[in-house]
Amino acid sequence: MIQLEAASYRYDDTPLLSDMSFGIAPGSFHFLTGPSGAGKSTLLKLLYAELLPTSGQVTLFGQPAHGMDRDQVALLRRRVGLVHQDCAFLDHLTISQNICLPLTVSGKSVTDDFAELLAWVGLGHRADAFPPELSGGERQRAALARALIMAPELVLADEPTGNVDWEMSQRIMTLLLELNKMGTTVLIATHDLNLIRTAKSQVSTRVLRIKDGHVQLAEVDL
Amino acid sequence: MAWLRAFFDFFAGDLRADGIVPARGHTAWLVFFAAATMAFLAVFALAIAVAAGRLANTWSQEMAQSVTVIVDGPQDQRQAQTDAALRVLETTEGVASARALTPQEQRDLLSPWFGDEIPIENLAIPQLIEVIPAPQGFDAEGLVLRLQGEAPNARFDDHSAWRDPLVRSARGLRILAAASLVLILATAAAIVSLGAKASLAGNFKTISVLRRIGAKDAFIAKVFVRRFTLRTLTGAGAGALIATITVAFLPSAAATAGFLTGIGFTGLGWLLPLMMPLLFALIAFAATRTAALRLLQELT
Repeated sequence: MIQLEAASYRYDDTPLLSDMSFGIAPGSFHFLTGPSGAGKSTLLKLLYAELLPTSGQVTLFGQPAHGMDRDQVALLRRRVGLVHQDCAFLDHLTISQNICLPLTVSGKSVTDDFAELLAWVGLGHRADAFPPELSGGERQRAALARALIMAPELVLADEPTGNVDWEMSQRIMTLLLELNKMGTTVLIATHDLNLIRTAKSQVSTRVLRIKDGHVQLAEVDL
Repeated sequence: MAWLRAFFDFFAGDLRADGIVPARGHTAWLVFFAAATMAFLAVFALAIAVAAGRLANTWSQEMAQSVTVIVDGPQDQRQAQTDAALRVLETTEGVASARALTPQEQRDLLSPWFGDEIPIENLAIPQLIEVIPAPQGFDAEGLVLRLQGEAPNARFDDHSAWRDPLVRSARGLRILAAASLVLILATAAAIVSLGAKASLAGNFKTISVLRRIGAKDAFIAKVFVRRFTLRTLTGAGAGALIATITVAFLPSAAATAGFLTGIGFTGLGWLLPLMMPLLFALIAFAATRTAALRLLQELT
């Protein structure tokens, strides 16, 4: 599904990520961890073609990222569900409109599955609320719903539990685990080791750790 | 018919897509008023261009269809010279008709300058003979020579001495008005383009979100292009309507036969101002689309 071969990324002249070679198989569950500023978000951006490697190659769904034009990047992102820490909602739209935004930009209609999705993330009663009216946990779950509305093959989550309490983070984690059990590939960037331990107790996961600009496969006992 | 469907789809819009970008900010009013003002000026420039063109045609074609023979010289020979000139004209091939103007007609010609009470009988005013050429025209040089022989005090005047500079002036005015129209349209395009760029830059967060969830540039651009095109169409429609009504209420050309009072449209020409909003909308469409696609590549 995703393959990196000797991929590196540098901001201006400063190397941030170096010589990364790993793959993400369909249906797998990955964690990406490392200290703040290690380059987790940058690596995620390489995986949905917001950034291009400065050397090496990133192949996304069989296509080299370097060879994609802007329309191909847009089509790629419809196959990837993104969950950001800041959620990135449009505040003038209701939560249901925000969640359906990927359908709107793809020219697709809202189906009956939408109500099920809202209920699944526990937001059935908040559909008409505006983003500023929601709690941190509700916003994260809404962001997850928006990421899933297009039934993506891959979900990339950047610190999805960064702004919520422990109970809510467990709830979001449970949703992501259920999603993976349904066949969706999941990659979560987080520095929350408790979250990783919770997941590892329930599904087979791979943990990638960024250290000194390199990606390593981490040991089980984090 | 695909283009027709695309045209209607564009104007019908997509309520879900239209709501993505909030309709707020000063650019909305800026574009509306700029389009209204430019369309107002454009209709006037168009009216001047049309009137100048009409005037040039009148002077170059209609007035070329008539010439005048002026019989001057001593008063006691005036009638004999006039009769001789008329005989020459009547026997000239290519002259459809020729007649001497009556004293009243000559008074009418002079009254705009000297008033109605002019004692024309006491003035040394030459006798004018109006000559209407036949469609095939006549040999002007031959006529001049014959007039010199038969009526030496008669002069042939084809009006070219004053007509040609006026025709040149009218054509120059038409070019000037057309150039003004082009400049107005170019300015409108620049204002709409700037407004669209400002709006795009002001909605950077929205655009970033849309790109992340898989929106193509064409989709994002369409939201802005449609909004700015409709704003321009509405503004230009209002401006063109006000200008057309103003032009319609200007004094008519027929009343005074003067150029300054003859600015306006005639017949089907009244449809021209109605085309102006569509022209503005087309320009806005092209300008916004170009600006949006270019800026999207720079922003995201």
